[in-house]
Amino acid sequence: MYPATFEYFAPTSLAEALSILDRYEGEAKVLAGGQSLIPAMKLRVVAPAALVDINRIEDLDTLAANGGGLRIGALVRHKTCERSTLLAGRYGVLGATAPQVSDPIVRNRGTVCGSIAHADPQGDWGASLLAIGADVVVQGSQGERTIALDDFLQGPFATVLQPGEIVTEVRVPDPGPSAGGTYLKLERKVGDFATAAVAVHVTLDDGVVAKAGIAFTGVGPRNARAVEAEQALAGKEPSDDAIKNAARIAAGEAQPWADHRGSVEYKRNVVRVFTERGLRAAVAGARSGGGGS
Amino acid sequence: MATGHEIRGMGHSVPRKEDQRFLRGKGNYVDDISLPGMLHLELLRSPYAHARIVSIDATEAEALPGVVAVITGEALAAHNLAWMPTLSGDTQAVLATDKVRFQGQEVAAVVAESAYIAKDALQLIDVDYEILTAVSTPQQALAEGAPLIRDDKEGQDSNHIYHWEAGDREATERAFAEADRVVSLDTFYPRCHPSPLETCGCLADVNPATGKTTIYMTSQAPHAHRTLFAIVTGLPEHQIRIVSPDIGGGFGNKVPIYPGYVCATAASLLIGRPVKWIDDRTGNLISTGFARDFHMHGELALQGDRMTGLKVKLLSDNGAFFADAQPTKFKAGLFHIVTGSYDIPTAHVEGDGAYTNKAPGGVAYRCSFRVTEASYMIERLVQNAAYDMGIDPSELRLKNFIQPEQFPYESATGFVYDSGDYPGALKVALDRLGYDDLRQEQLEARAGGRLIGIGLACFTEVVGAGPGKEYQIAGLRMFDSAELRVHPTGKAILKLGVKSQGQGHETTFAQIIAQELGIPYEDVEVQEGDTDNTPYGLGTYASRSTPVAGAAAAMISRELREKARTIAAHLLEAAESDLEWETGRFFVKGSPDQAVTIQDIAFAAYTNIPDGLQAGLEGVHYYDPPNMTFPFGSYAVVVEIDRGTGAWKVLRMVAVDDCGTRINPMIVEGQIMGGLTEGYGIAAMQLITFDDDGNCIGSTFMDYLLPTAWETPVFEIDQTVTPSPHHPLGAKGVGESATVGSPAAYVNAVIDALAHAGVRNIDMPLTSDRVWAALNEVGLAE
Amino acid sequence: MAIEAPVVTRTITVTVNGKARTAEVENRLLLVHFLRETLALTGTHIGCDTTSCGACTVLLDGVPVKSCTAFAVQADGMSIRTVEGLLGDAGLHPIQQGFHEEHGLQCGFCTPGMMLTAVALLEENPDPSDEEIRWAISGNVCRCTGYQNIVKAVHNAAARMREGS
Repeated sequence: MYPATFEYFAPTSLAEALSILDRYEGEAKVLAGGQSLIPAMKLRVVAPAALVDINRIEDLDTLAANGGGLRIGALVRHKTCERSTLLAGRYGVLGATAPQVSDPIVRNRGTVCGSIAHADPQGDWGASLLAIGADVVVQGSQGERTIALDDFLQGPFATVLQPGEIVTEVRVPDPGPSAGGTYLKLERKVGDFATAAVAVHVTLDDGVVAKAGIAFTGVGPRNARAVEAEQALAGKEPSDDAIKNAARIAAGEAQPWADHRGSVEYKRNVVRVFTERGLRAAVAGARSGGGGS
Repeated sequence: MATGHEIRGMGHSVPRKEDQRFLRGKGNYVDDISLPGMLHLELLRSPYAHARIVSIDATEAEALPGVVAVITGEALAAHNLAWMPTLSGDTQAVLATDKVRFQGQEVAAVVAESAYIAKDALQLIDVDYEILTAVSTPQQALAEGAPLIRDDKEGQDSNHIYHWEAGDREATERAFAEADRVVSLDTFYPRCHPSPLETCGCLADVNPATGKTTIYMTSQAPHAHRTLFAIVTGLPEHQIRIVSPDIGGGFGNKVPIYPGYVCATAASLLIGRPVKWIDDRTGNLISTGFARDFHMHGELALQGDRMTGLKVKLLSDNGAFFADAQPTKFKAGLFHIVTGSYDIPTAHVEGDGAYTNKAPGGVAYRCSFRVTEASYMIERLVQNAAYDMGIDPSELRLKNFIQPEQFPYESATGFVYDSGDYPGALKVALDRLGYDDLRQEQLEARAGGRLIGIGLACFTEVVGAGPGKEYQIAGLRMFDSAELRVHPTGKAILKLGVKSQGQGHETTFAQIIAQELGIPYEDVEVQEGDTDNTPYGLGTYASRSTPVAGAAAAMISRELREKARTIAAHLLEAAESDLEWETGRFFVKGSPDQAVTIQDIAFAAYTNIPDGLQAGLEGVHYYDPPNMTFPFGSYAVVVEIDRGTGAWKVLRMVAVDDCGTRINPMIVEGQIMGGLTEGYGIAAMQLITFDDDGNCIGSTFMDYLLPTAWETPVFEIDQTVTPSPHHPLGAKGVGESATVGSPAAYVNAVIDALAHAGVRNIDMPLTSDRVWAALNEVGLAE
Repeated sequence: MAIEAPVVTRTITVTVNGKARTAEVENRLLLVHFLRETLALTGTHIGCDTTSCGACTVLLDGVPVKSCTAFAVQADGMSIRTVEGLLGDAGLHPIQQGFHEEHGLQCGFCTPGMMLTAVALLEENPDPSDEEIRWAISGNVCRCTGYQNIVKAVHNAAARMREGS
């Protein structure tokens, strides 16, 4: 309930933030929303020597769709996404995710980029952003790099982020008007982590599936795509049989563990059911010119 | 004889007097209180469920700047404080000496200038444990060769705590031998936790200058706690003052005495400064009084459609110390109310309690002393019997209810039910629900592949402990008290032996006085919780405040009314027998203008008292109830189950309650809705469980789940009113009815959706995975 | 690694209920402890250890935030409204009146956080539906009321605020 002591910095520029991180050689942590970091510090499972609070840095809170896709800045809160009209239609998988993250008060502070950097296998944004094929923009004092989210996430709470680097943006490519998606999450109550969740994003081209994105929360060591299920749908007409088939394959790709939320068999079935329902909704959305949620 | 709006006696939904301070953030909870020189205490808790303590090295912790003391079991033992008695006649460790016996058990206490420093110091205490095999179920505990948990107790050679029986074994066996049908059910009422939003804590001030010990404490029973403190610590009782200030929810969690209270008091005694201990949520969930954990086997015997006998066998998991807060002679509380609302001529209950390597407790969470467990068992058994017999569950109940003309009714286990109209309540519920139409809808939905269920629970519970001969806790008889003083200007102060934790006593008890004496409710100040300033009582839990202290308040009002009559006669120069009372005034019979108000009388009590009569208008009444009271109700729940995930949603929830006379209907309904929510949480999501090594799963709100406004159903509340014939106000108590009666209603609804496929039991909590597993087993899963 | 002795305290100025408050605090001091202990504003309560219950909710620059999951130093230069800041010159805030009239509180422990969350909701949505209210308060746990009267209380307050009372 009471964290260990630490030094605290509230820089007003990214350059300053990066220089502090470098000085601490991995012993400092970035504080954005803090809704995962601070609880961990209170339990003393982490005890960083310093916190670098980036909330005073300007221009990190852009949520915008400008030519070529969506940009989600480091300080974009879950609540901003929940309220935004941008995350509907073709970006429906993201719009469906935002209101389901944690609880409404946590959503006021927590950030999308912070969630990605934290890489909790129970994190919701990881699944949706994987399904829609997002990239992560990372800045260090050496410069900037852009990494596909699927390469960025490595395992439970593990990413390719180096000490001294900050996730400054997530970029989502524009899937075009014939796209739709949704996020179906089974949780025992508001604020619980997912028992299992599935993000689905579909782009249609002339009636067939041009691209399908299916990704999971809470049924593997990290948010992960059901690659075989996606491939089973690619180029196919999204018939009921094709959808059911893809859902079965997706369930097989999940790696759930047994715990108090359910058995392996149970969670796999939830994945199958949600993939099926999610695909139907995503396809309906894509057909109506962008939607799904 | 309802009072008008100016008086607002009973029956008015008066907004609460106590709201003002809470609305303004000026509540006075224990953690809000500070004393000069105050220190902070934090507890070091065991990471292991069962382990020998080899050594404790606190030198580094003691050396940390800001740390004043580190207390271990050894230090307490030197003052005879390492162990303390429990409310159930056992002993409990304050700080572990030889072994730790549950994960989370208190091992050491750090006292420091701030809670932050105390927590820093905890990390510096080095405890060397020798891990022992943990016993994590009562079945394991009672098996041959199980590790002995209570090797500290002389003469304890097993993990068996008690064997207890009620009812008539032979008569019941005969009924079973002659039965046409026997329906049986094995079900587990899992360990859950009352989890009030405010945790337990105290601020102990053993003041060397005044010689007085003041303990601000989250206590539902301050007087009983004071007496027990005196016994445990050796501090003289007249120099102990327990102040239970505002309490952020109790639900039975704040009835036991916890090691933290004793450590804080001992620390204050040794150091000479006030010491505050506020438990964190993990401490609360992992170590304080949990609820339930009853493994139950029940059998119902029927001849035709009439119930003729009931047998129940219980195995109780009591944790490492037998610390149940219940009337001492009842080892399984009032479980033997298990015949419930039904006229069952024979019954036999037997129960065994076992020690396990888990936190101690069992009686808590609005259970009315184990009535939750009993009510769950009978309502589930009756529902299942209806399915087996192919008759509607409401029909089977109606055919077997104790009928209104049978009251007072003596049950097969010896309870004398005071009053009830069970068919009346059920009919209100069924009408409100549109039951027959719903049954039709259910069939149509099923044909279309949708699973809808309708669950009923028609509970009768027993509260108002209790008649002193039978009901005692640690020897203290369970009377309760009210002390009333009317001031010269006609205002009054009422002091009670009970203690609200949100039930609205400052309003409802004022309404009783308003009703009885005609003093407007806002002119009556109600005081509770300070043992120096209130009469002795046994506190608030098990829905006893209205039945016992409420009766005391009525009785003292009536005693004062008699003295008021004497004064009125003096003022009116009339004979006492010529005076009539109507709310707030005495008048001369036939001459209503010749009258004096209660305010006139109060003034006269100090200024114009008749010769031979003492001044003042005050008195205290200690009420020994002649019987318990028996609130009852009918609950109906409609659910739909998602066949793909097993998740279920409450479509409707109708609750008809009867608690006799309703003092403040708004407050009564508030209590009910709170209880229906707890019942929902218990049925749907609440579980404290342990792995094979005794590690507790459910010691934070991430695992122990509390329903939010989003999951909580909408409640349709209704009532019938069947007063208690023996209670001066006809009131019965209602605080726990909904928590007692509703879990079975929710569970019965889910089972009802699956009963056609043969499902008869899913253990609580009915999480979606468990429901889906049941669906899957009978081929109903998507 | 920092080579100087670590600086683990900071002087902050936070505007709380309209008044500027300055104090030197440890960096690790949680905002809720700053309010309760440094400023002796004990109306904000602590109910859990895992950011799960919302009892500690305050308004940080108008936005509901769990004050147990923020450090006081983060609030430097910002403004906070606690339950003590609801009372106005005209008396009880409509939300307080609503809770009182509709019996939206029993033990009172969750009430400060619950009311502040409701105030923020009504600022954004002056006429919320039952569902919108339940959604908005789903981060604030209550053990006593079963939420139904809280929903009524918020409607009551909304009506008052729309009327301008």
